[in-house]
Amino acid sequence: MKKRRELLPALGFLAPNMAGFLVFTAGPVLFSLVASLTNWNLKQNVPIRAVGLRNYTEAIADPAFRVDFVNTLYFMLAAPLAIVGALFVAILLHRRLRGVTFFRTLLYLPSFTSGVAIMILWKQLYNPDFGAINVALRHVSDFLHAGWQTPNWLSSTHNLAGLKVETVGLDKKQFGLGAREAIIFMGIWGAIGGNNMLLYLAALTGVPDELTEAAQLDGAGRWSCFRFVTWPHLAPTTFFIIVMSIIGGLQGGFEQARVMTGGGPAGTTTTLAYHIYSLAFEQFRMGYASAVAWVLFALVLGATLVNWRFGSRAAFEI
Amino acid sequence: MPRSRSKSDRATDWGAVILLVFLSACAIAPFAWMVLASFKPLQDVESSALLPKVWKPENYGAVFRQIPFARYFMNSAFVALWVTFLTCLTSSMAAYSFARLRWPGRDTVFKLYLATMMVPGVVTMIPNYAIVVKLHLLDSFTGLIVPASFSAFGTFLLRQFMITIPPALDEAAKIDGASHWKVFLDVVMPLAKPGLATLAIFTFLGTYGSFYWPLILLKSPHMRTVPIGIMFFDSNYGRQTNLLMAAAVMAIIPPVVLYLFGQKFLVKGIQIGAVKG
Repeated sequence: MKKRRELLPALGFLAPNMAGFLVFTAGPVLFSLVASLTNWNLKQNVPIRAVGLRNYTEAIADPAFRVDFVNTLYFMLAAPLAIVGALFVAILLHRRLRGVTFFRTLLYLPSFTSGVAIMILWKQLYNPDFGAINVALRHVSDFLHAGWQTPNWLSSTHNLAGLKVETVGLDKKQFGLGAREAIIFMGIWGAIGGNNMLLYLAALTGVPDELTEAAQLDGAGRWSCFRFVTWPHLAPTTFFIIVMSIIGGLQGGFEQARVMTGGGPAGTTTTLAYHIYSLAFEQFRMGYASAVAWVLFALVLGATLVNWRFGSRAAFEI
Repeated sequence: MPRSRSKSDRATDWGAVILLVFLSACAIAPFAWMVLASFKPLQDVESSALLPKVWKPENYGAVFRQIPFARYFMNSAFVALWVTFLTCLTSSMAAYSFARLRWPGRDTVFKLYLATMMVPGVVTMIPNYAIVVKLHLLDSFTGLIVPASFSAFGTFLLRQFMITIPPALDEAAKIDGASHWKVFLDVVMPLAKPGLATLAIFTFLGTYGSFYWPLILLKSPHMRTVPIGIMFFDSNYGRQTNLLMAAAVMAIIPPVVLYLFGQKFLVKGIQIGAVKG
């Protein structure tokens, strides 16, 4: 039988990748689950022993963990804005005007060059004294005679939700623009013309012209045409983008915190990913850090399952 | 057939162009500020004037005198080229196995591969760090390259390319007595070239920009890659915004150049990657 005859060569071709997969992915997943049940610490010379679920109970009870979770969720509020923005840009580019490729190239540039260099750039743009953003805000303020107080951005604990500092809760005095918004705005700038936009652009070419034309002949306006013809066609793409944004968002914020803020001021930009980094690679509490990593993994899995269970049906029925 | 365009259509076209110009300007403005700042004397950067009063291209030379930036470039290029080569090799071989050969359990194994793409990086990072420490590969390029050279995403991407190649081609080659290796090299690989180009660009850029793994692995200053190098330049050398911006400009040149040449492949790769997620 053919299936068996091809097994040996198949394993041969698979072997190099499979070896790496087992050593650096599958093995580590199991290893990390076991490690999360121990007191493993690379700094202290204590014998490794099993501690049961203690790391997990400790992690969940830790107030810092809760604050960092709230921070992570707060950063994820950028996702809906970024997604709507990406759809908007895709619709503009889909009009097949002259020079569209040129615009697409420019708009994709921020997402493409993202990384440490761009974060260092934004750190300067957010400089309260000479950064381009506050300079521009001051010009606008002078022009309107508004007398605005420009934000201190990356060194400010203020935020638009009025979240308290260092505990979970609300505090009116914290209302304003601060480090968290700075990182969110940078994220939206980087995402709007990026991969999600390209996905929407591809999906828009999949919407049959006859459908939109038929709807227009029936007297549908631009908005109802979008709402009842285009949008349902985009549902699978929207669903995919939402799932990926949630998965990415839960794990996000590490580079921003490490490069731009050190997780501060007062821990306001520390996300779960940065929390785990500092537990594992600054304090070397490997067992405990593994437990927090698994809590994060569970959140990612849970969000994905909920999405598949409820989201896909809703998305297709719009 | 050209679609007839009504007056209101043309009006919205103009609206769209104006919006696109505005949005593109927002996208580009930070880059423009960065390039201008990199040519200014320090007091000009801090004086909030938009254009440099004196142009100082010597800022770029000053970066090379203060930090071994050329060294960082060489390190990044060395690591990224190796990872790209190894990833393309291991992924294409595995993809051949998944896409062109039939064997029991194939689809189950493939699904397992896909499932691991969902595991957060931080989960495997800690054990991988322990492995690298055990193998005495801390602070070595081998430690940077090897764990990054096996990609589930790459396997998936190339498989998607390879299943579209007509099976009759392999069959014909096999009837002529070609071995699997020969079919792989002479039939499948040439046809999967666009896929390989996509994966190569993605991998090169991903490795060039990679931050977390080099950050925890590298200890010696002369081993630093570009992102790690400029991060320490930022944190160790105080307020030299003009030099910092010159370094940032140089750091993004390789990705921008690669982007301008490889745009076609990138767009395709992103769209294929989303088909089955």
